[in-house]
Parts: sequence; C-alpha cells; structure tokens
Amino acid sequence: MSDRLTVVVVEEDRDRAIAIDVALKQTTDCDVFVIDHSSGLARRIAAHAPDIVLIDVDNPTRDMLEELTLASGPLERPVAMFVSNAAGGLAQTAIEAGVSAYVVDGLSPERIKPVMDTAIARFSMVRQMRTELAETRRALEERKVIDRAKGLLMKARGIDEDAAYALLRKTAMDQGRRVADVAESLVTASGLLG
Amino acid sequence: MKSTTLPVAYMPLVDAAPLIIAQEMGFAETEGIALDLIAAPSWSSVRDMLAFGRVDAAHMLSPVPVAMKMGLGGVATPISAVSVLSVNGNVIGVGRELEDKLRASGYGFDFADPIRAAEALAQVRTGPLTFGVPFPFSMHVELLRYWSAGTALGTDGIEIRTVPPPLMANALAAGDVDAFCVGEPWGSVSVDIGAGALLLPGKAIWEFAPEKVLAARTDWAETEPDLLGRLMRAVRQAGKWLAKPESRITAGEILSRRDYLDVSPELIDRALSGHLIVSSRGEQRQVDRFVEFYRGAATFPWRSQAKWIACQLGKTHKLDVTDTLEEAGFVFRSDLHRHHLAKSGNDLPGASEKVEGAIRLATPVASAHGKLSLLPDTFFDGRIFDPSDPK
Repeated sequence: MSDRLTVVVVEEDRDRAIAIDVALKQTTDCDVFVIDHSSGLARRIAAHAPDIVLIDVDNPTRDMLEELTLASGPLERPVAMFVSNAAGGLAQTAIEAGVSAYVVDGLSPERIKPVMDTAIARFSMVRQMRTELAETRRALEERKVIDRAKGLLMKARGIDEDAAYALLRKTAMDQGRRVADVAESLVTASGLLG
Repeated sequence: MKSTTLPVAYMPLVDAAPLIIAQEMGFAETEGIALDLIAAPSWSSVRDMLAFGRVDAAHMLSPVPVAMKMGLGGVATPISAVSVLSVNGNVIGVGRELEDKLRASGYGFDFADPIRAAEALAQVRTGPLTFGVPFPFSMHVELLRYWSAGTALGTDGIEIRTVPPPLMANALAAGDVDAFCVGEPWGSVSVDIGAGALLLPGKAIWEFAPEKVLAARTDWAETEPDLLGRLMRAVRQAGKWLAKPESRITAGEILSRRDYLDVSPELIDRALSGHLIVSSRGEQRQVDRFVEFYRGAATFPWRSQAKWIACQLGKTHKLDVTDTLEEAGFVFRSDLHRHHLAKSGNDLPGASEKVEGAIRLATPVASAHGKLSLLPDTFFDGRIFDPSDPK
C-alpha cells in the first residue's frame, strides 16, 4: 500500500462532486476518483482499489456497495462499513452528517480521521444547502399558486387583492388547512370548471 | 395510558404492511405505543439506522441478522429477529430480450413450474444469466441459488448482482442484468413499464420462505421487554387483520399513500390478492397465498428457518457452519416470540424447530391451544432440511 490514500466518491451531481474532491485534496494527501452513475458500480469502484469509499447516506445505490464487503477474489480487498469506536463516535457523526464511508480492512484510525473530518464537514454543508434549496423551491411554487388563486377570486367576486388573500386565509383557518393547499384546490377546481 | 413513540425503519414494499397497518389501523395505539415509521432509501441504511440506534426496530430481510451473526457484511451489532413479518412475496422476472426469446421457444409463462422455467431459460441463454437482486443478503439471493443449483440452470449458470429495485428497469435496459428477483410492488412495476415479464413467484421455489423479519437490537430487545412486547403484539394483530380477505381493499389504499409506497392501490392489490399480471400482454395468473402475514403461524420465527439460511450462506461464502449453526439459529428468537405473545391468547407452536420442507398438506401441530395448523413448506425439488442433521 502506498502512502497516499485512494478515495472514491460516489456522487451524481457534478458540482457537488467537484466541491468534495477539492476539499479532500486541500486537507489530506490523497487521490480522489469520482464515480457518477450507478451502472456496474461495485466493479468500477473495485477497479480503483480504494482505501476509502464515500457515499451519501440517502443514495439508494448504496446497497450496491455492500457487495464490496464480500471480497471473493484473491486480489480483492475486503471493505467494511466504517464503524470505528476508536475514533470517538466518528461513524455516528458521519451518518448524522449524511455520509457513509466504506473503509478497507486494516486502515489505521489516524489515517481515516482527517479524510472523515473533511467529508463530514463537506457532506453536512451539502445536505443543508439541499434542504434549503428544496424549501425555497417549494415556497416559490406555493407563492405562484397563491397568486393565481388570488387572481381567480379577484375576477370571480370583484374584490381587491388584499380581500382575496384574506378570504383564502380565512377559508384555510376555518378548514384547518394550509393557505397553499386551499389555493391549490381552487386553481384545480377552476381548471376543471373551465 | 401515556403513549410511547417508537422509531421504526422500513423499506417501502408491500411486505412492510404489518408495520404500516399496526400504526394506521390503531393496533399500536391499543398497545399504548405510536410507531414513527421512517422510510429508508436502501437496505444498508435500514441496517445502519438499527445498528447505530437511530431506530429501535426495523423491517428487515430475513437473512441479514443471520449474516451479521456469521460476520458477513460490514456491521456486526447483534440483531434479533423477534417475529417473521411476512412469508413469501417475491417474484422472479426476465427482461424484454429474454422474454422474447422464451416466447419464441414456445414457453408459456405458466408462473408456476420452476423446473420447466429453468429448462426454458437454459435453452435460450448464450452464457451465464445475470440476475439483479435488492441486497447481497436476502431471501431473493437464497431462492435464486437454491433454484439454479437444482435445475438445468446450474450453480455456475447464474450471476447475482445488487441493483436497487427502482433502478432495475434501467439496469435491464443497459444490459447490466438479464433478469431479476424482487419484492412486490417492484415486479409488477417492471411489467407495467414494459421492462420485462414475470417468470415465477418466490413461493414456487420454497412454499413457506420467511421473507422479512421484525428486527431489534439484541440489547434493546432484552432491556426493553415491555416496549418490545407491545410492538410485537401490535404487529401480530396487524398481520391477523391483513389475513382477512375483507381487509384487502383498505390495506391497498393505506399502503398506496404518498407517505408509504406511493404507487397505485391497484398495483399493490396484485400482491395482496395473488392475482398477478405477468406480462405487458396482460396475461394474468393466480397464486394462492402469494404473500402471507399470519396464517400457518407465519409470524413464528422458527430456528430451523435461520439455520437453513445459515447453511445456504455458508455454502455461498465458503464458511464451515458446523460449530456456529446453533448460534445462528438463535438469531430467530422463538423464545422471545413465545414469551411476549403466548399470554395474549395467541396459539403458537410448541416446538422451536421443524424439518423444513416436510409439510406437504396443511397439518395440525402441537400448540398451546391445540388449534394450530401449519401450511405446506416444501421445496420445489422435494428435498427436506433437517436442522439437527443439516447436509
């Protein structure tokens, strides 16, 4: 085994993969390979003979990596899901941050730790950004629907924008629903009625 | 009674029904618990959530706790299978290319005869066939290996590769796999999107195969007997409810919700009714007890089932199981099952092991109330597995 660690990152999003790659190279002495799609995943990972494999906890292709733990050929190196107690709950922290790591058998905790620290920081940042993005998108979509519902009410009942919004909000409160849900029903119903 | 919330992980599959129904139909509430059901993106994630304490219990592939006990795979936390959640429920299917070749050869897709199906496949293949399965430790793998070893396919005639079921259609299209073995609704989904046709129900290979188990960390199971008992009783009541024919429509509607399986109730009903559509031509086949949640002591974790799994894993991974077989058998906790369920009037088997494959017709057996019948559990090749003399 050479001194440089070989790290494989399984990540489909190109920008995210580059961010992880850069962060790892800045903080540790390692070669990083990114694999971006699932076809033949286990074989392609094995071809790099990695010391550490990093993958998002929520990635459904993770199950394909489990085959790596069953090294059957003489040249294959068994890889274990990273559960090192010596590293002080690092595995738990990693999973909470959204990264699962597979580490080749016998790699010492001192060598794993810097890579994991970087990966944890990077993955949790990515996870936070992803949640924020999803929330922002949803908020934008909801605002669009609410605007359309307001427009429909203004036309149908001849009221102004504030009154239309107040009506939506009152209906939502009376029915114990969200304003966005009431707006959505109105837009759908109005579409059906033509 | 103050209700305690138990986090429980599951994979969105038809056979997660006993957990989902326990929560939705109030069986958990009756026991003074609420299930916080957490859908997982992968089986490794279910296992990790359980092993690292994120959840207290999980819907799990029956071979996983046995494999963990044998030191296979990456994680070694002791896990107990306290109940069987479902018996049978898998399908074996082929991609379009194989389907066309099989049809050209005159194969009728009877969805019943594993020997004939293997012969037909052996005839049309040009090399080893690659089967996609959801996880390296699964009943899917064990059924495929048992079937190929005993038929014209041959042990070396198949290769097995892990493919998450939602990606199976892509893997078939890309030529990564030729065929698959998955749990419902994924087989029916492949038929509906035109990716392939169904060849056999898992049941045609082993008539009473423990498919998913209710798994808990062994230390939790032993230090929280009260919570475990409530969970087990709620899940067993859910299985009993699911076994009633009149529950089927409701069950399908509940499972189909976006929070659970997020597929149409009609698709789910195929597995629950055993009335499957096997090809995009709309050919229909009926399978009795396609998936079983209750009857025939389906929830009972027989040690002999765990031992069968251990022997099969030993063969595949070249491990001598002679000295470890008893320990592997204990992963299926017939003791805890009986301890927590016997008191509430459940009729459970008196024995903890049986000769697997020996029951050809529904058979009354010794039980606490003497009213229990076991259902057929034969292997397609007629062989038996004697847990005290495994071969």
